[in-house]
Formats: sequence, structure tokens, C-alpha cells
Amino acid sequence: MLDAMIYALPFLLEGLWITVVVSILTVSISLVAGLALGCALVYGPLPLRLLVRIFSDTIRGIPILVLIFFVYYGFPAIGIDFDSFWAAVTALTLFKTAQVIEYVRGAVASIPRGQSEAAMAIGLTFSERLVSVIFPQALRRFLPPWINGVTDAVKGSALVSLLGVTDLMYAINQVIGRTYEAMPLYVLGAVIYFVINFSLSTLSRRLERRFSFVQA
Amino acid sequence: MNPPLLTIRDLRKSFGKTEVLKSVDLDVGRGEVVAVIGPSGSGKTTLLRCINFLEAYDGGSIRIDDSEVGYNDARKRRGERALARMRAETGMVFQSFNLFPHLTAAGNIMLGLTKVRRKSRSEARDIAKVWLERVGLGHKADALPSELSGGQQQRVGIARAVAMEPKILLLDEITSALDPELVGEVLEVVRGLAAEGMTMLMVTHEIAFARDASSRLVFMADGAVAAEGPPADLIASAEANPRLNSFLARFRASNF
Ligand SMILES: Nc1ncnc2c1ncn2[C@@H]1O[C@H](COP(=O)(O)OP(=O)(O)OP(=O)(O)O)[C@@H](O)[C@H]1O
Ligand SMILES: [Mg+2]
Repeated sequence: MLDAMIYALPFLLEGLWITVVVSILTVSISLVAGLALGCALVYGPLPLRLLVRIFSDTIRGIPILVLIFFVYYGFPAIGIDFDSFWAAVTALTLFKTAQVIEYVRGAVASIPRGQSEAAMAIGLTFSERLVSVIFPQALRRFLPPWINGVTDAVKGSALVSLLGVTDLMYAINQVIGRTYEAMPLYVLGAVIYFVINFSLSTLSRRLERRFSFVQA
Repeated sequence: MNPPLLTIRDLRKSFGKTEVLKSVDLDVGRGEVVAVIGPSGSGKTTLLRCINFLEAYDGGSIRIDDSEVGYNDARKRRGERALARMRAETGMVFQSFNLFPHLTAAGNIMLGLTKVRRKSRSEARDIAKVWLERVGLGHKADALPSELSGGQQQRVGIARAVAMEPKILLLDEITSALDPELVGEVLEVVRGLAAEGMTMLMVTHEIAFARDASSRLVFMADGAVAAEGPPADLIASAEANPRLNSFLARFRASNF
């Protein structure tokens, strides 16, 4: 059993690298897009708000697996061609973006109106109010679900193996295909996923503590 | 005589179909302390919010130092930056304090000083210290709002507003969210500001305080100023005004 694991390790590490890259791309692009669209949903003009709302509801209404295949097979049909790696990243990012939009909306909506009114009263402009008053307070509401979502993204990235992208999951299955030793490899795979996510959630708890101030 | 600092003429404001301010006329002179009383729903809060343009008004005019609040000469809403600059000239103290919970007492005061008044952090901190000292909270500069009592929070709220050196201070029932034993310390601060010549327009349910601390009492009813005058005169003449009389009756029953 140990032999099988040692044999598999180099393959798995290569796969792990892809898993990490996919996760980082998904998480960082969705963070930027989600923040922008989330703000548009809260503060934008009505047509823009509607568009974002439709986008978010549609994406969240589709199982992520369907979304992945939809992007992989559907986008080339409308002239957007990309390989399985980028198709997978795009689908995961769309999915994650829709989530981030909702976290942003929830976090900003949780700040009482009186906060922006007090900020207005001392003469802050809209962007100053966001930067100095709203966002710092919204951050502590945003972080817990978002960091949870990061571990989800790592786990969810295993779905890219379905498009033949050689991530950790795919590498595990490949090695099993050669060695017929399923159990030790799945255990090893599970341990690797667990170690990543456990470190992430430990980090997240520390971040949350760092950003939590006692609310009045 | 100098023209008044604040001039309100025929101010009208509706929320949907409800006409909240029907036609308000009011002047506040420099250094004057004007107290607004009136039954719940008469539009007192809405009036203050219009003066600070937290609420856009529908008709009439509000002028501070001869410039129209919120609108330019063509009666178009001013741009975001111009509005912000105008609001900085009117301080507002809220019933529910509305301190920024993520900033310390000093930080609450410093925010406007650094961002709006463009002071350096150390300069802003010195000013914050001075004002905290003035409201009796010099030792609480680094406390978060959640670590302060209601009365202390409201005193920080006042310090935050006056540190901006506004032309006029608007106070909306600033003691009504406080436990009775904490009201005194906050009113004491207001009294001190009045003595120093701060121009103030305050909505209050503390009739005795309004009578003692203000130079003029304004009675609002039904979205308009129903009566006004020097406190003693207005109260003495209440018999002649049924609405004012019945409003004051509630307070006479207690210790007033
Ligand atoms: N944002 C709003 N939308 C709709 N109606 C509002 C809004 N704000 C106030 N009103 C209504 O306007 C009327 C006047 O409200 P306002 O808060 O100005 O009264 P007030 O004199 O301050 O009363 P109180 O003594 O209870 O504070 C009330 O009938 C209230 O319901
Ligand atoms: Mg009110």
C-alpha cells in the first residue's frame, strides 16, 4: 500500500499543481468580478441591477456540473473557443462569481442606513463613504462565507477532471487505472484535499478574529 | 441686522402621497439656539434631514449663508462633491448616535477631519483629543463605541459633529435613546456649546431643557410651524393655541 502511494506521489503532485492553479484562478477572478458586480447590484442604476440579478440567479440556478459542460460544449458553438482547462476555469469562475455577488450584497445590506447617513453628514463623498465606512464594516460579514467558499472552490475544482483536465482528482484516477489500487490512492487524495482545506479554514478563523470588532 | 444664517421658505416634502412638510418657514440667526418641539409625526426629523440634504425636498427653499442647500441656481441637484462639501457645513447629531463601530472614539472624530478637512493625521488627532476633552471623554480616545455607555457614545457623536466646525449644528432628539440617568451629561455638553455661541437647531422632547437652553422655541404641527417665540412667551401664550396647549399638557402632567 505504501509502495502504491510512493509510486503515485509524483503524478499526484503534478495534478495537485493544476488543482491549485485552477483554484487560485477561480477564487481571484471571481473575487474581483464578484466585488464589482456585487457593488453594481447594491448601488448601480436599475438596468444594471437587473442584469446582475438575472446573471446571479441564473448561474446559481444551474448545477455546477451542467454549467461546466454547458461552457465546454456551448461556448464554442457561439464562436468562443477554448480548451478544456479554460472552459473549466470559466465555468467554475462564473459559479463562484455569482456566490461572491450574493456575499457582497448581504454584507453591504447588513450595514445600517445610519452609518452612511452619519458619513454623509460629516461630508464624505460616495466613494469615501464606501472605502472608510461601509467596506471596513462589511468586510467582517463578507469574510466568513467567502472563506468557506474558497474551500468549496478547492473541492469543486475536482470537477474539472470530468473535462479531462489533469488535476489532482484526474491524476488519482489515472494512477488507479494503471495500478488497480483504488483505496490507498483515494485515501491519499482525500488527505491532500483535507490538508489544503484544513489549512485554509485555520487561516480563515484567524482572519475572522483579526477583523472582528465588537459591534455596538 | 445681519441676514439669518439659515433661511427656510415654504419648504415642502412628501413621501409618496404623504405630505410630511406642507410649508415650513423658519429662520435661524448666527449664534441662535432654536428648539423644535411638536407631536410625533409632525415632520421635525424630516425638517432636519432636509437641511442636511439627507433628504431631497420637493419645493420651497433652504438657504445657508445665502447658498441653496442641495440645488444649484437652476434648481438642479448638485453633484456628489458639492453636496458633500455642503453637508460638511452642517453638523448632525443623531438620535441613535450612529458612531462608526469599527473606529475608536478619536477615529470617529478624525475621519471627517482627515478626509474632508484635509488635516494630517496627527493634527486631526490633536483636534479630536481637544474635543473629547471638552465632552469629558479625554481618557476614552482609544475606546471603541461598543466599549462606551450610551451617554458617552452620544457625547462622541456631538464631538464628531462640532470638530468639523460646522456653521450650524442639527440635533435630533439626541437624548431620547438614553437611559434617564445618562441624559444630563449629554444636555450639559449642549448647554456648553450654546454658551459658546454655537448655532444650533435642536429637536427635543425635553421641554424643560428646550425652555431653559434655547433662545427661541418653535412648535411644529402637521408639517408646518404652528407657533414660535421666546420660550417663556410661547409657553405662557399656550392657552391661546389649542394644539400647543394639548401638546404641552402632557408635560405639565409630569414635572414640567
Ligand atoms: N423615509 C420615509 N418614507 C416614508 N414616510 C416617512 C419617511 N420618513 C418619515 N416618514 C413619515 O413622515 C412623517 C413625519 O416623520 P418625522 O420623522 O419627520 O416626524 P417627527 O416629527 O420627527 O416625529 P417623532 O417625534 O416621532 O420623531 C411620519 O408620518 C413618518 O411616517
Ligand atoms: Mg423624529
